[in-house]
Amino acid sequence: MEHTFSANYLFFMLQGAAWTVGLSAMGFIGGGILGFGIALARISDNPIWRWTSFLYVQLIQGTPLLILMFLSYFGLGLFGYDMPPLVAAGVAMALYSSAYLGEIWRGSLQAVPRAQWEAAECLAFSSGQRMFRIIVPQALRLATPSTVGFLVQIVKNTSLASVVGFVELVRAGQIINNTLFEPFLVFGLMALLYFAMCYPLSRWSRSLELKLQVGRRVVVAA
Amino acid sequence: MNYSFDFSGVLEYWPQFLHGVWLTVQLSFGATVMGFVLGTLCAMARGARSRWLTAPAGIYVESIRNTPLLVQVFLFYFGFANVGLPMPATVAAVITLTINVGAYTTEIMRAGIESVQPGQIEAAECLGMSRAQIYWHVILQPAMERVYPALTSQFILLMLATSITSQISAEELTAVANLVQSMTYRAFETYIVAAVFYLILSLLMRAGFWLFGLLIFPRRRKLGTPV
Repeated sequence: MEHTFSANYLFFMLQGAAWTVGLSAMGFIGGGILGFGIALARISDNPIWRWTSFLYVQLIQGTPLLILMFLSYFGLGLFGYDMPPLVAAGVAMALYSSAYLGEIWRGSLQAVPRAQWEAAECLAFSSGQRMFRIIVPQALRLATPSTVGFLVQIVKNTSLASVVGFVELVRAGQIINNTLFEPFLVFGLMALLYFAMCYPLSRWSRSLELKLQVGRRVVVAA
Repeated sequence: MNYSFDFSGVLEYWPQFLHGVWLTVQLSFGATVMGFVLGTLCAMARGARSRWLTAPAGIYVESIRNTPLLVQVFLFYFGFANVGLPMPATVAAVITLTINVGAYTTEIMRAGIESVQPGQIEAAECLGMSRAQIYWHVILQPAMERVYPALTSQFILLMLATSITSQISAEELTAVANLVQSMTYRAFETYIVAAVFYLILSLLMRAGFWLFGLLIFPRRRKLGTPV
């Protein structure tokens, strides 16, 4: 085996980076669906929904993602199936993202002026119509910058899937480093690859924020 | 699902768990204090007139905020060990956590500093206050009061993030859980216990920061008016 960094190693790491993107997508889509439900439950008129969703968010936000990874990996194993790490990591990422996305979206739903809700009611929209034709389209504009910002967190946090043996970017790098013993090179390259994925998202989030002037609008309204 | 939960074997290791909790608390406290100082200094540097101050602070913030903490920990711990500067895992953990939370604090404090109205600073100048006095009384204190809620959430996230340092064998709560899990083979129960400890810690931190806020921001306590 050759002991210098070669194109094969780079290819292996890029493959890991592709899995990082895949896992991020799983976390975002799963967490998005669940999180939208959480956001609706958090502002529901029914106190049972409100409280269970509140407790759920507190529970997830008060536990490190690393522990969630272990719980989902070993917990799913209890059902008697041999869980592939991808499923365990995907479930943990979805649970984690759902709590944070739920809170972001709850905030945007509540930031839609009260008069819009009342006007929709006066125009005899049903509650479903009011939510999906009046409130959500307006909340979407407010929610986009923070949602894109949270995407950065999702991409970065998929690195923790390496602990349950899922070969994403970090795990791929660790495997290479175990043969090469060049931590500065390997982990530095890893950091660069993450930066290349996250920095455009950060910039995009900031430009959206400036374009929509989310912060300023709140000040004017207050 | 045929699984009977059995916490007895896991709970026998409670002294180890408490040790882990203690190191988690120490890591969080050290990184919070040092990260706050570092972040505030960098926030001041980002608002400076000289490019020689703003550019390095900007590069620092962007590079830390766009890479995972796990990678930073590995790079720092294994990287420096490889070039002949080995350090204990706990030391590497505190330093990396400080550098990491410092970048987030920079952005939060910068938002606070930018929210101070220029008129306030002009008024302070007219009153003949020195630059240091202006910085301390007119800029930093109100800035901190405004961003205090954001800072506290960031520090609670930091406490949760200390779990990542278990990957370089810093013997904090998660590392203890990994150890107990390997001895009892009760993985699910072990991590539930660890999760409960983290939940308690985050609740305690939130309560603690709330009380601390009442203590250091008397205006909010006495008049009920945030800045």
